[in-house]
Amino acid sequence: MSVIYLLIMISLVVALCFLGAFLWAIRSGQYEDDYGPSIRILFDDKQKKEDSTLQSNKQAN
Amino acid sequence: MELEQFSYDNKIVKKFILATIIWGVIGMIVGLLAACQLVWPDLNLASWLSFGRIRPLHTNAVIFAFVGNGIFAGVYYSLQRLMKARMWSDLLSNINFWGWQLIIVSAVLTLPLGYTSGKEYAELEWPIDIAITIIWVVFGWNMFATILKRRVKHLYVAVWFYIATFVTVAVLHLVNSFEFPIHFFKSYSMYAGVQDALVQWWYGHNAVAFFLTTPYLGLMYYFVPKAANRPVYSYRLSIIHFWALIFIYIWAGPHHLLYTALPGWAQSLGVVFSVMLIAPSWGGMLNGLLTLRGAWDKVREDVVLKFMVVAITCYGMSTFEGPMMSLKSVNVISHFTDWTIAHVHIGGLGWNGMLTFGMLYWLVPKIFRTELFSKKMANAHFWIGTLGILLYAIPLYWAGFTQGLMWQDFQADGTLANKDFLETVTQLRPFYIMRAGGGLLYLVGALMMTYNLARTMVMGKLLANEPAEAPALPKISTKRKEGEYWHRVIERRPLQMLLLSLVMILIGGIVEMVPTFLVSSNVPTIASVQPYTPLELEGRDIYIREGCYNCHSQMVRPLRFETARYGEYSKAGEFVYDHPFQWGSKRTGPDLHREGRGNKQNRPDSWHYLHMENPTDISPGSIMPAYPWLISDDLDRSHTETKISAMRSMGVPYAEGFEAEVAGNMDEQGKEIATNILKDLQADDFDENSVATLQQKEIVALIAYLQRLGSDIHAGTEELLTGTSPEEVEE
Repeated sequence: MSVIYLLIMISLVVALCFLGAFLWAIRSGQYEDDYGPSIRILFDDKQKKEDSTLQSNKQAN
Repeated sequence: MELEQFSYDNKIVKKFILATIIWGVIGMIVGLLAACQLVWPDLNLASWLSFGRIRPLHTNAVIFAFVGNGIFAGVYYSLQRLMKARMWSDLLSNINFWGWQLIIVSAVLTLPLGYTSGKEYAELEWPIDIAITIIWVVFGWNMFATILKRRVKHLYVAVWFYIATFVTVAVLHLVNSFEFPIHFFKSYSMYAGVQDALVQWWYGHNAVAFFLTTPYLGLMYYFVPKAANRPVYSYRLSIIHFWALIFIYIWAGPHHLLYTALPGWAQSLGVVFSVMLIAPSWGGMLNGLLTLRGAWDKVREDVVLKFMVVAITCYGMSTFEGPMMSLKSVNVISHFTDWTIAHVHIGGLGWNGMLTFGMLYWLVPKIFRTELFSKKMANAHFWIGTLGILLYAIPLYWAGFTQGLMWQDFQADGTLANKDFLETVTQLRPFYIMRAGGGLLYLVGALMMTYNLARTMVMGKLLANEPAEAPALPKISTKRKEGEYWHRVIERRPLQMLLLSLVMILIGGIVEMVPTFLVSSNVPTIASVQPYTPLELEGRDIYIREGCYNCHSQMVRPLRFETARYGEYSKAGEFVYDHPFQWGSKRTGPDLHREGRGNKQNRPDSWHYLHMENPTDISPGSIMPAYPWLISDDLDRSHTETKISAMRSMGVPYAEGFEAEVAGNMDEQGKEIATNILKDLQADDFDENSVATLQQKEIVALIAYLQRLGSDIHAGTEELLTGTSPEEVEE
């Protein structure tokens, strides 16, 4: 039965590890903008597409 | 700021996509075979094709090969875009790819041959476990190094899901895989009995959480907005539900062990956290669905979105059902039945499968710079797949409910309504047929996708290195500024911080675990419970090899309808020498914990012999496979002494020097059983030679083990038996 204490301990350590990551995220300003990132992931692809068409055009030429 | 030119690695994404498709189809075919075997047991054509070995192959193939490669494909594509950086090392990417495929191939080779550790979803033997660890670290290394050289400061929520996946799966796999190697293909779990069960289901539950859920939520947060070309409904909600999910998920494991020997408080803890889980789970589900708000017209047109909508809906359903099944009153009916199988397939076929398909239909045209070969065919796949899920799950829910209620049905006179377990099995045949039909439909859909995507790939051309540009991230000083605390320096380095934490977890775990728990916990709490004899131990290994635990539990719950059917309920102290535990999680056949001598069944050795030779001869309508090879094959005794020594070092109290007596001990017990069998089958018409031949066979060892199951408890003091009710004694 005692293994349950081990599992609780490991789970706690994992949780603390995530807590650390959470605190880091907050302190480093990861969550200061809680809207922009969701928009930004939509943009980059389009730019790349243009880049790549340019590139492939160049290669074709 | 100056723009840096770089390129994304699409080649590795393509490789993982191909692997996802190929292993997916193979895993589903194996699953269909297993489903058909439950209807037509004659399909258990050979030892390596018997259900007990095929079912682990199916689960491993779909979880680690299909979903696993799907995760890698999605992560390798999205992580590069989210970080605006190529994967840190192409070499590591390729080691990740080929290493993972090698692991899968070795699983495909070893599982049908019966090389298994006997723990569900962690069946692979120790050399493969080590390989998994190495490849997983390579994946994490590559991922963190890419994160570190990113050109975007903000870590999009999907990346957090990937990080949580990596860290937790690493810890789970390590803790659950502590094994004592006997030889290259055989090991024993370091934990025994209740301990092993706890560790296993802590792992098993969190494998669902962190292999089938968190990475796929990450993929959802990237690919659903991309496919819909709309931002996620609420980015703030995504952050909140991420942190809530990972903090709560890890405590819910004990809900797999309700009504077992686990202490009540631990069961309650698991239930409470399981119920709490519904909030963050539905946070993710709603966030995914609401992303499509005001764009449902797109769903009508776009097949990719259709797949994703069904996937997210299934996620919502199974995460609602999970907490419900964790309630003890529901669990009494659902546990050990096909309800569980239906539940996991809503998750597997619905959530993981449909999201993978949606992702692939979006990704393949994208990186191959072309249009999808046939939208019509993809649409057909969507409908066939969805219909397949329904046809799979609904009959199994029905079957689970039916069987669960039949088991606990009492007549007015207080005796069981369905005394013969088999009655509750034959009842399910129509459901099993429908389920196989549902699986077949789903497979047909996957094959259509394979053709469709293959044509798409041929039509287009892979853009192996996709050019991109982005400004470099301003270098953050990692040096310590004046007046700053020292840990600020670490905080600026996410990679180092995570690795450091991981190392600390592992050191802490190992230091705590090995000495404290492995040996001292094996002190028997029931005096009459003794270690297995060498022959029984070998028989137990055959039980594990044949995967008997896939269909038979060894855990009589303390419920009246269970004790009336099987006998005395199972106690923690009875399992102290069980490396690994074999409690099982599904009763396609009856519980076996009170199968042994002295219990109410009390079947003669010859019954087991004939039953293993051909179950339907003894129990007409049985769907158990026949095991003729156990009767024809000699028992491999070459490792018995090593096994005894290994058990002793894990705390099983075999006397010093017992190894010398092993051979004689086995002969003696084998002879007795062989004589019993021959007496019953051939009257007195047999000679010493036929006894000598039979006692060498595997079947004799297996019978020795079966006759030992749950019988020690009767050898003890009388008080141990007072739990038995008078009516059971009469029967």
